[in-house]
Amino acid sequence: MGQADSTSATCNTDDRRNLAWFIDKAVQVLVFIAGISAIVFIIGIFVFITKEGVGFILKSNYALSESVFNLLEDQKMPEDQLDAITVLEGKKFSTAEDLLKAVEGIIGVEAAGPYKEVLIEKSHDQPFHVKSFFTSPKWAPTSEIKPVYGTLALMVGTASVTGLAMLIAIPFSLGAAIYIGEFATGRKREFLKILVELLAAIPSVVWGFVGLSMLNPLIIKLFNVPIGLNVLNAGVILGLMAAPIMTTIAEDALKAVPDRYREAAEAMGATRWQIIFKVVVPAARHGLVAAVLLGVGRGFGETMAVLMATGHSINLPTSIFDSVRAMTATIAAELGEAAVGSDHYRALFTLGILLFLITFMINLSADLILRGVRKE
Amino acid sequence: MSETAGNDTLHAVETIGLNLWYGTFQALIDVNIRIRKGIITSLIGPSGCGKSTLLRSINRINERLGYVRVEGAIKVMDKNVYDPEVEPVQLRRQVGMVFQRPNPLPLTIRENILFGHKIHTPSSSKVSRSAEDDIVESALRQVLLWDQVKDKLKRKATGLSLEEQQKLCIARLLPVKPQVLLMDEPCSALDPKGTEAVEELIWELRGQYTILIVTHNMAQARRASDECAFMLMGELIEHETTEELFVTPGNGKTADYIEGRYG
Repeated sequence: MGQADSTSATCNTDDRRNLAWFIDKAVQVLVFIAGISAIVFIIGIFVFITKEGVGFILKSNYALSESVFNLLEDQKMPEDQLDAITVLEGKKFSTAEDLLKAVEGIIGVEAAGPYKEVLIEKSHDQPFHVKSFFTSPKWAPTSEIKPVYGTLALMVGTASVTGLAMLIAIPFSLGAAIYIGEFATGRKREFLKILVELLAAIPSVVWGFVGLSMLNPLIIKLFNVPIGLNVLNAGVILGLMAAPIMTTIAEDALKAVPDRYREAAEAMGATRWQIIFKVVVPAARHGLVAAVLLGVGRGFGETMAVLMATGHSINLPTSIFDSVRAMTATIAAELGEAAVGSDHYRALFTLGILLFLITFMINLSADLILRGVRKE
Repeated sequence: MSETAGNDTLHAVETIGLNLWYGTFQALIDVNIRIRKGIITSLIGPSGCGKSTLLRSINRINERLGYVRVEGAIKVMDKNVYDPEVEPVQLRRQVGMVFQRPNPLPLTIRENILFGHKIHTPSSSKVSRSAEDDIVESALRQVLLWDQVKDKLKRKATGLSLEEQQKLCIARLLPVKPQVLLMDEPCSALDPKGTEAVEELIWELRGQYTILIVTHNMAQARRASDECAFMLMGELIEHETTEELFVTPGNGKTADYIEGRYG
């Protein structure tokens, strides 16, 4: 009896389910939900965009296009019948049978009989053409007669702005990172770090504002060009926007280089310059490349500032003083006006997929490169 | 033998009234020591006695801390290293340093050996590749590492074993032909086998270079040095030949330390 009592007493002291235990469990569950939610959201967004965008890629229409008219003419369809069915030009049908019925409704079943084959087999028309999607510089989704969904000009627009931004941001941010990481000490260093982080927190619409109302007249005056909203303007704005983030990451990469490398090089008689460029920068190169790639990713994804500063006109730029239009800005500006479910609406989602894939690849490679450095 | 004549011929390093402060803490108090050329001198003493500080002020590497203040003089080859015309870069060419933890640069073995050589060769005088190969081979042969690494000169030096890394760290000093080698507990990160190998190597280099070793390990000081200096609380207590210092220490504190009564 006494023995049983003592056993149960021990059990009670081992039972640790007090308040702290419950809080611990609750926090575990909460944290788990928070962690999982990120994954759920990403998958959700991906599914949503893909569903809308892929619908456009796979969608097929039946319509009387110019080539169909040409074929009908070749098959000797009488003029008056041809004229009669031109009212159907550009009209889209979801099946070939519907199209045939519409033609038959105008010129009669018998008259349409000989051209049945052409009408069914040649009228197939996809709004999405792989080739023109990537190679046509014409983005005219609202055209009444023949909408064209060519993203080349948009991609070139985004790439040119981002490229110029990187030309500006890379030297600035790496220089700043080297100064903060290797030269500045104590107070000055802390102050600079805080300032750089503050700079990174400026909303992009504010940057767009700077581009629109300060840089625009400045460029017009300085370079004597008719318009100041162009690749140069957006590139400068985007470069200034991306530089703080790149600086922060590059500085982290430099800080991760063990001090004994610097000490070793200094003890061998290397100067500050030699230490930085022969030892520290090569040792931190993975982190520095990742910083640059994240900047590029930022450039591709940036919307508001680019919308405001590029001039937003579809154009294959031949100089930095040409206005362009970015992919992101196109989506932002047009999605509100496109009828839900229309080709235009869907095409914007396809553009979104393309953008998503590009930024995903850039961020993924930045991540892999950063991981590579940790393994070493 | 007069004092000055002795300096010219006999001593590679000499400190005169050396005082050193880290901020407000005085780490070296009036240290006068003369290190003879071509032999191995060991510096012993308990932790914090200033032996590493003394070593690191000879090539002025402790100045990178920024809050160091020095009074007195350190002469390397009869030239005061604190003279305004002395550039640390040139000083460090004469005075090589080996650290406690092997610290090869994150470059290839070959680049590690050539690093010092390249930064001390003016970029105008181009050295041919075969000349560089010779430099690498002779440096690695001197530290008895050539046979192990000759087939992997293009590999990262950080992939070597600690013992090999430490040997490499000694080897990379040799191409610039230093006069003095400073070693800050060069074996403390190594296992007994590695320690033995590196000690052997240091003994091998005796005669060609003036070697100054800081060590915690009294047995090491005893078996691997010609002269030995004992420091305590920032002061130089005693500097004798190793045999004399260990067998008949002149100072009671030295005797207590080597007997293991503190430290």
